[in-house]
Amino acid sequence: MNRTVLDLWVGLFVIAGVGALLFLALKVGSMSTVNSADSYEVVADFQNIGGLKPRAPVKSAGVVVGRVADIRFDNEKYEAVVTLRLDKRYAFPKDTSASIMTSGLLGEQYVGLDAGGDSVMLKDKDRIMITQDAVVLENLIGQFLYGKAQEGKAQEGMPK
Amino acid sequence: MLKQAIENLGNRTIQGVWRIGFAARFFVAILLHSGTAFRRFGLTIREMYFTGVLSLIIILVSGLFVGMVLGLQGYETLQRYGSESALGTLVALSLVRELGPVLAGLLFASRAGSAITAEIGLMKATEQLSAMEMMAVDPIARVVAPRFWAGVISMPLLAALFSALGVFGGYLVGVRLIGVDDGTFWSQMQGAVDFEQDILNGVIKSVVFGVAVTTIALFEGYDAPPTAEGVSGATTRTVVTSSLVVLALDFILTAIMFRGLN
Repeated sequence: MNRTVLDLWVGLFVIAGVGALLFLALKVGSMSTVNSADSYEVVADFQNIGGLKPRAPVKSAGVVVGRVADIRFDNEKYEAVVTLRLDKRYAFPKDTSASIMTSGLLGEQYVGLDAGGDSVMLKDKDRIMITQDAVVLENLIGQFLYGKAQEGKAQEGMPK
Repeated sequence: MLKQAIENLGNRTIQGVWRIGFAARFFVAILLHSGTAFRRFGLTIREMYFTGVLSLIIILVSGLFVGMVLGLQGYETLQRYGSESALGTLVALSLVRELGPVLAGLLFASRAGSAITAEIGLMKATEQLSAMEMMAVDPIARVVAPRFWAGVISMPLLAALFSALGVFGGYLVGVRLIGVDDGTFWSQMQGAVDFEQDILNGVIKSVVFGVAVTTIALFEGYDAPPTAEGVSGATTRTVVTSSLVVLALDFILTAIMFRGLN
């Protein structure tokens, strides 16, 4: 069996194809699925998660430190249980607070972590105690109107 | 008159079921006789030249233009909502998830599939296949299996090249021509495209399409009536059937892979 020009072309084709796959893997996509080997999971309960979805980023100080692994509904406490998978490189104090925020006006929702001051760090399967729910626009408007109405009443009641 | 019509219908149905059964047996025979295609890998490389390398031009050019059109149209729509920074995400996700595998599959069917059918149909019409059998060479192992594996290997590479060139086309139009910010284009894309969920699923799709298109093309050629008319009819059927099968399979695979994702 001899080498032919054909082999050269097919070889080039295969190299180009594998190169395209590498380009897609490295430049277009990111290996964002954090492996379970170098990550740990913490749980946080929320009254309302708004539009949070699995795979949404978990950010601290704007840097992505993990992803939302799972969202369940606790039928005893009637709360949402969100499992966060965090990168092992980042450790957070035990009294870290988690809040659900929105990037931009119409952007996706993510979980923001604010580090606390505790000297004990969060471990695998720990629970984040301080959480802040997603802001629901209807509730916000409702509160605003209620506040306005109260203000009006207070002014009426004042002696002239 | 009516009796004739019913008889025709029944005959066609039976013939159709017959063909499906034969095609399934043919597919299993290819898999069982694949040993030669790997032991004498030169045969498969030869076929990869015809199915893969010669399809490169059409795949690369179409990928580039599809990406450029996506860039233009995507920008047009996204800028209405002030989110032209999501252009990279739009271009990359639509290419990697759907357009790359599907369009590469359709082009592959019309460029390589039709050629395979015509070649094998003509081999059958000129009794080359029977001649091989006379010489105790199994035509499935010698002719069909190398073409099958060449198609299955080429298809994901072609789809990846299509997607990569498409992303590059979107970059050319979006960043170079229109002036979307270079950094946000790539970073938004990288933030949204996941390796396992998007790219790997796209590759799986293209492998499935490769198996489907090559099997259909080989079967139509092998089953073609040994006449000039028969071969031309088989070639047409290859392109029509494999295009429909690619689109139908794409729907099924998308429903399985991406349901439950946002």
